[in-house]
Amino acid sequence: MMAPLSWYIVLGVVLFVIGAAGVLLRRNILVVLMSLELLLNSVNINFIAFGRQYGDFRGQIFAIFVIAITAAEVAVALGILVAFVRNKSTLKVDDVTMMKG
Amino acid sequence: MGQGFFLLFATVSVIAALTVVVARNPVHSALALMACFLQISAIFILLDAPLPAVIQIFVYVGAIMVLFLFVIMMIDVREAVLQRFLPGGNLPALVLLVLLGVEMFALVLWSKRFSVVEPAAVGDGDEIRKLSTTLFADYLLPFEAASVVLLAALVGAIVLARKGEG
Repeated sequence: MMAPLSWYIVLGVVLFVIGAAGVLLRRNILVVLMSLELLLNSVNINFIAFGRQYGDFRGQIFAIFVIAITAAEVAVALGILVAFVRNKSTLKVDDVTMMKG
Repeated sequence: MGQGFFLLFATVSVIAALTVVVARNPVHSALALMACFLQISAIFILLDAPLPAVIQIFVYVGAIMVLFLFVIMMIDVREAVLQRFLPGGNLPALVLLVLLGVEMFALVLWSKRFSVVEPAAVGDGDEIRKLSTTLFADYLLPFEAASVVLLAALVGAIVLARKGEG
């Protein structure tokens, strides 16, 4: 007995809202980046659930692409973070105002 | 049986996701995120998608989380532990979150198309072959573009994180 599609969608919604809360409310840049991963993963659940529902492989293929792009994003984001912390030695999101001039 | 497993994995993943957001220590957040990714890959297996499940474990749990833990160990996180949430008025963000959640829930629960348990085409055990044929025939150009993006990110991360002026 498979779970219906709406359950997977609801799980995706719950994880998306939790991840958005982390992005919007947390002060630590690292946790904000982790919450971003959570957002992308909830979208992946939707891709694969819909792909299975309609018997289409493209859901899985797009999920794989999302994972690959996420890996690139995390690498660049952590590189920027390391360079930033070396210059300013802070991890607070509201202190990152370097580009404001 | 599938429903019970789904409820188990979904509950654990939601609890782990909440732990990611409310944990004080970033290391705890990272470990909870790892647990959450493992549950999500189990959910992928429930969805008859073993390849994304394995890629999820390899890439997320094996590479990305290790990267996060290395960066946490590399930089001093002690001063950021003291204050979890942004100071001042979080009211607009909270209102936005509630609106977002209510809207998505309303849309999902309203629609009748999602509640149908439609037994999709049962696989004949040859799905990985078909999947990879689609991936490498129809989606070859995006695949190559993704590999170029990964290479650029690799070089960019090294240039950014290098000491001194680069």
